Amino acid sequence: MSTFLGMPVHAPRGVGHLRGDESFPDAARTALGDSQLRRNLQHATTTIRGKSGRVIAELPDWQELRSAGSALKSYTMAHLPELLEQLEEKVTAAGGVVHWAADANEADRIVTDLVRAAGEQRVIKVKSMATQEIGLNEALEAAGITPVETDLAELIVQLGNDKPSHILVPAIHRNRSEIREIFLRAMPGVDPKLTDDPPVLAGAARRYLRETFLSTKVAVSGANFAIADTGTLAVVESEGNGRMCLTLPETLITVMGIEKLVPTWQDLEVFLQLLPRASTGERMNPYTSMWTGVTPGDGPQNFHLVLLDNGRTAVLADEVGRQALHCIRCSACLNVCPVYERTGGHAYGSVYPGPIGAILSPQLTGVADNASLPYASSLCGACFDACPVKIDIPSILVHLRNQAPHPRTEAAVMAAAAYTMDHPRLYRSAQRAAKLSRIAGRRGRGLPPPLNGWSASRDLPAPPKETFRDWWRNR
Amino acid sequence: MRIALFVTCLADTMFPAAAKATVLLLERLGHEVVFPEEQTCCGQMHINTGYQKDALPLVKRHVKTFEPYDVVVAPSGSCVGSVRHQHAMVAGADAGLAARASAVAARTYELSELLVDVLGVEDVGAYYPHRVTYHPTCHSLRVLRVGDKPVRLLRNVRGLDLVELPAAEQCCGFGGTFSVKNADTSTAMLADKMRHVLDTGADVCTAGDASCLMHIGGGLSRLRTGVRTVHLAEILASTEA
Repeated sequence: MSTFLGMPVHAPRGVGHLRGDESFPDAARTALGDSQLRRNLQHATTTIRGKSGRVIAELPDWQELRSAGSALKSYTMAHLPELLEQLEEKVTAAGGVVHWAADANEADRIVTDLVRAAGEQRVIKVKSMATQEIGLNEALEAAGITPVETDLAELIVQLGNDKPSHILVPAIHRNRSEIREIFLRAMPGVDPKLTDDPPVLAGAARRYLRETFLSTKVAVSGANFAIADTGTLAVVESEGNGRMCLTLPETLITVMGIEKLVPTWQDLEVFLQLLPRASTGERMNPYTSMWTGVTPGDGPQNFHLVLLDNGRTAVLADEVGRQALHCIRCSACLNVCPVYERTGGHAYGSVYPGPIGAILSPQLTGVADNASLPYASSLCGACFDACPVKIDIPSILVHLRNQAPHPRTEAAVMAAAAYTMDHPRLYRSAQRAAKLSRIAGRRGRGLPPPLNGWSASRDLPAPPKETFRDWWRNR
Repeated sequence: MRIALFVTCLADTMFPAAAKATVLLLERLGHEVVFPEEQTCCGQMHINTGYQKDALPLVKRHVKTFEPYDVVVAPSGSCVGSVRHQHAMVAGADAGLAARASAVAARTYELSELLVDVLGVEDVGAYYPHRVTYHPTCHSLRVLRVGDKPVRLLRNVRGLDLVELPAAEQCCGFGGTFSVKNADTSTAMLADKMRHVLDTGADVCTAGDASCLMHIGGGLSRLRTGVRTVHLAEILASTEA
């Protein structure tokens, strides 16, 4: 007898941050009008692009590394069930406890219960996309537990009651004078004479965080990688705050998307070369912390690993779209994207912005819940070239557009256009009609909706007196 | 060589000058150009907007139309990109059609590819006495990887003053229906592209795709900048005589 378990489910509504309040075009319109945001983003993405491009150019085998990363991720996705069970076995054998969370609600509940069981009212957090995705901070606050973000940029976002707008640099939309204002307003015990000099701002955060590190007993982290055959977790970072969270507290709770696995220790060789160069533009990230279960007398003595699905199995079920699970969250695609550079991350409505967000968020939630995101791209292809694990983002965007619900009028127009194009005589009649539109108005000003978006900023060329086809026949 | 022209629906209807120039250029170089009249549209707009089912008959028509020819050329990186990277995918479960589509795709070239790779010409004997800047369109650059082929062709044009476009590899913001569905973001991208074009002091902005030129040219015209857009084929077809 077999039990039909049904199709894998998407990330649930009403929890976490995978869905926006507005469609992308509407949210983008607001962002495009924010000149400070535009300037901050242009400066930041241009700087990271340059830095990353220089260190990537140093490696003669960058393309081979990308192919190796892609192949390793494909292998992992093809063997995910076995590898996850292997990871569970190894983590458990090393003294950790593994929890399986089908969705954001389950993961939030598991973490909240673990903090309560430890008898604590406050947790320190390592920067983590997974916990942002599931809205863990809100869940903890609702349970009377205070989460303190310790990554500098996440702290800026948290103190500013703001939302992250970039995977790697969550406060990329803020410049230093805005950060100074946020610190003065919201950082406990801050020096009122604070300047906007970056070292001074970092010093203020350091003083505030140091106190918190030393007095908090539970930490929550994400993970960049989990190694199935050793049960080792890895976090890579630049600031050292992660290292403090991973080593000082008594209890460590790690929330990790099930796609973060790599099969063996040696596979990290590839990813630890790809990730820093593609993301921060560094040859090597300053801090790489790795831990395997619990080590008596050294580091946290209670370790919990929460394995999060939240729609990932549904993504895995899509033969084309599953490549999105290869993502190592480097954010190279955001930094090269001409759309992201102008709209910023908030317009995408999800914690995963930019090109990767445009293919990941709709797949995690189901395309209907993020129907405008697959269209938030001109399909220029810069993201595909930049991706260190060669995710073919443009092809997945096109694939998701094919699944997206279409406006009824648009669908009718597209069907009529296809029918016309498949009947050369009708096609020639349509060309004649286009020619007649020469008398309809001056250079396409004020076209009817939805074409008015074009005519708002661009002229249409006057249709020529003669089509190519006519010329060919008459020559 | 006998070359079939895949005119593209946009050039046929709105930019016949680019298509005529392609014919006249290839004939000047001693080749025979044929125009299979059953052709209409490759279906790219439908595919990229999420209408693969509607695109299927167009893909079938395209394959059937161009199957008899050994070499096919189009004055468009984007349409050739669709033929090469999307047609077999749209054919999907129809393995026979997918194989035929791949075979046609392998014989289909964008104009600069045909000239440089297939015909082995970099100096087409053109004369064009203007200050020109070249915008590498995204699909010619990143889907077809034409590289510097168009620039090599332009460098050999007599009288032409080629000026480099800053941030040339950034998208102009067209993206087909992207320019309508995300008109504001598209306009913001266009504004930066136009600023870079104007910074060069060029009279003419050229590219290998009529679609991107329609976008850039539409903006330059609206702002009455006096800079015009001209397809690469038209420059290469121009002679002193």
